[in-house]
Amino acid sequence: MSRQQTQRLAVILITAVAVLVFIPVLLVIFYLIASGIGAINWEFLTAMPRNGMKEGGIMPAILGTLILTFGTAIVSMPVSILAAIYLAEYAKDNRLTRTIRMAIVNLAGIPSIVYGLFGLGAFVLAAGFGTSILAGALTLGIMTMPVVISTAEEAINAVPQQFRTVSQSLGATKWQTIRHQVLPHALPGILTGMILGLSRAAGETAPILFTVAAFYVPTLPSSVFDQTMALPYHLYVISTQVPGMPLSIQYGTALVLLMITLTLTLLATGVRTSVRRRRDW
Amino acid sequence: MEAKISIQNIYYTYADGNEALRNISFDVQANEVFVLFGPARSGKTTLLRLLNRLSDLTEDADFRGVITFNGSDIFGRAVDVYNLRRRISMVFAIPTPLPGSIRSNLTYGPQMAGIRDKHVLDQRVQHSLQQAALWDEVKDRLDSSAMALSGGQKQRLCLARSLAMEPEVILLDNPTSGLDPLSTSVVEETLRDLRERYTIIMVPHSVQQAARVADRAGFMLDGELIEVAQAEQMFLHPQNKRTEDYITGRFG
Amino acid sequence: MTTVQSPPPGAPSRRPGEIVIEALIVLAGASTVIIVALIFIFLLREGINTFLDIPLRQLFGQRWYPIEGYYGLLPLLVGTALVTVGAVIIAVPLGIVAAIYLGEIAPTWLREILKPLIEILAGIPSIVLGFLGWVALAPIIQNLGAPTGLTAFTGSLLLAYMSLPTIISISEDALYAVPKEYRDGSLAIGATQWQTIWRVVLPAARSGLVIAVMLGIGRVIGETMAVLLVTGNAANIPAFGPGMFFSPVRTMTATIAAEMGEVAQGSLHYNVLFGIGLILFLITFTVNWLAARLVGVNGARRSRGGLL
Ligand SMILES: Nc1ncnc2c1ncn2[C@@H]1O[C@H](COP(=O)(O)OP(=O)(O)O)[C@@H](O)[C@H]1O
Ligand SMILES: [Mg+2]
Repeated sequence: MSRQQTQRLAVILITAVAVLVFIPVLLVIFYLIASGIGAINWEFLTAMPRNGMKEGGIMPAILGTLILTFGTAIVSMPVSILAAIYLAEYAKDNRLTRTIRMAIVNLAGIPSIVYGLFGLGAFVLAAGFGTSILAGALTLGIMTMPVVISTAEEAINAVPQQFRTVSQSLGATKWQTIRHQVLPHALPGILTGMILGLSRAAGETAPILFTVAAFYVPTLPSSVFDQTMALPYHLYVISTQVPGMPLSIQYGTALVLLMITLTLTLLATGVRTSVRRRRDW
Repeated sequence: MEAKISIQNIYYTYADGNEALRNISFDVQANEVFVLFGPARSGKTTLLRLLNRLSDLTEDADFRGVITFNGSDIFGRAVDVYNLRRRISMVFAIPTPLPGSIRSNLTYGPQMAGIRDKHVLDQRVQHSLQQAALWDEVKDRLDSSAMALSGGQKQRLCLARSLAMEPEVILLDNPTSGLDPLSTSVVEETLRDLRERYTIIMVPHSVQQAARVADRAGFMLDGELIEVAQAEQMFLHPQNKRTEDYITGRFG
Repeated sequence: MTTVQSPPPGAPSRRPGEIVIEALIVLAGASTVIIVALIFIFLLREGINTFLDIPLRQLFGQRWYPIEGYYGLLPLLVGTALVTVGAVIIAVPLGIVAAIYLGEIAPTWLREILKPLIEILAGIPSIVLGFLGWVALAPIIQNLGAPTGLTAFTGSLLLAYMSLPTIISISEDALYAVPKEYRDGSLAIGATQWQTIWRVVLPAARSGLVIAVMLGIGRVIGETMAVLLVTGNAANIPAFGPGMFFSPVRTMTATIAAEMGEVAQGSLHYNVLFGIGLILFLITFTVNWLAARLVGVNGARRSRGGLL
């Protein structure tokens, strides 16, 4: 085989493999939309489940997921952004900094089920919060920290160094400089990371299994110490634990969950590209 | 008369061991234009950045010697470095507006110093732009982006930004480096007017520019100060052979 | 002799609020270390009995049957290993080749379409993929002739796709980091594009690719919900041979997820599930630590100084 033939064959094979990677992604999305769209209507989105969850809607699960996602943001956002500021602006190249970076790498790699165990041991039991929104949000919040910290640090580092020098040459303190000349410009990037983190949190099942998720509760949660239903766990429950569950409800639930996480993912990418286009430095 | 700024036997070594300044001493008097000139990498920028302690931002450098401002040590324990940077203000070689409006560039320094009064801020904006000879060109678009200005306008904005803090000393590090001849002469013109109210220490773009604007001048070479003299003497009858070589264009 | 450093902490115009916020910033940075330590401590606290109360011999036994007091972890370890190996065999070539396609072959417009597709893949919740594996993929695999559709292979297939975003994006960065001169030099001496990729680009990107694979593995080992749904959850060790990939297995993660809801808190079974969590923690910790050692964890990419 000549070199040109090898070249041509290689390109064909590489392209074929790429097709093998990307086509299933589209297939999954379209298949899920096609199978689930029929179940989705106003009642499905806004009503309580009825008749052993085999009829009615999935509103408590949707609401629970939104509440948990919001709680995750509250837990994770402040500490993650501050940690990113530490790494980008204050950290010297010393042992503490290296230890922190190592810790973040490891947090990012810890399996979500292990976060679930930690949440159970630390928040549900040791702290005495019980199986509750509080325990679940804390667990999910900690789980999203590495994503948010890494993207926020990158966003902060992308702000040109000269803004800092100029600001300090004008008599601003280090914190004033960060507050007025760094964070505003890093904000879109920080937001992107935050939304990506939340998208992941919204879809996670394992960390909420033992910390907050309820199989079925007839009423909506009224405080952070209540349990709640949540979409990912609900999907798990109705697809494996409830015999005779209509397939359309299963597909519909999966589709709603996918729409929530994909909306967040696309929102994050949207923020990123629109801001990249707009800024003038 | 007490010197505005007095530099006594200073040494400065970067973290990588580069001895950027070696045993430099000279005084700068109030209301003079003092020009520091010399070939690239001779230590001029390093010296300017020390005078308002922007050098603090460079980690692990080694400094020895004494620098006084109005008679007191700028590295003294009681010194408020932020206030020092308002009193001794820097304009950089490349025009560096902060992203945002023209107005916000000018009010940033005063606001960070705690000035909130809108009336005072407005006054600072107008006054500083007038002094930097930019007012007429931008007065109708103070709230538009500073990034949209031309190079020469940006640099005058940076000058105005320093002036808006009502400093005593202005440090200018090659402020006309990127500018066209016309903008350059506007800036030089502006400097001439400013000397009545400010003390100016400037790194020039060229020997010619040095001769045009200087009251007194110092020649730097390889981290050392070779010669300090009145402008006339420096550029017509330099005492040191190396100064003469540089001025007459035999090197650098 | 004065060493010039950051402004002295007590300088007058720094307001007290500023000292507080800077203290919080340092604390937030340190909190990451504290959290890792806490996770380890809690896993150890609840899981240590596994290793104290059960003889090592039993712990590595072949029977996982907690109701009768058999806590042999071997089936779970084998299950995780099988699913992981299968996923890696599928995902590594797919991921690296897809990265080559994106970085070296795809036209720009197509790349702009495909890259968001990767983010979309990363954004699909594992329970959704698991659900699809359970209702749609498993029947297909059964129709191919396996006794059941819920097998290690089914899990591997799902996990392979779930780890692709990680593998592709890191591989792509690694390929992108190869200096352009390398490519130009190779093409200049008459090598074809493929020869250049094979002989120059891939070897130069080797360490980055290794990291991509390692982090992909880390992602696979820790996955829970998808494997819980599609691997059949049979805690036994399939006979050695190619057929083992097509037998039902049960992974460590799935075991925790499936059984934690039913155990009494403080029971030995409860402790053992935490013990499994501890093992998972240590495995992923090691994998990530090694990967980080390979890249060198410094992260600070902003060039200090620069123009001003
Ligand atoms: N941040 C730095 N780290 C190390 N060396 C530096 C740094 N900045 C400048 N230098 C070195 O210090 C010397 C003087 O530089 P500089 O003060 O910029 O000179 P000039 O402004 O006269 O061109 C040069 O040798 C330069 O390479
Ligand atoms: Mg210079």
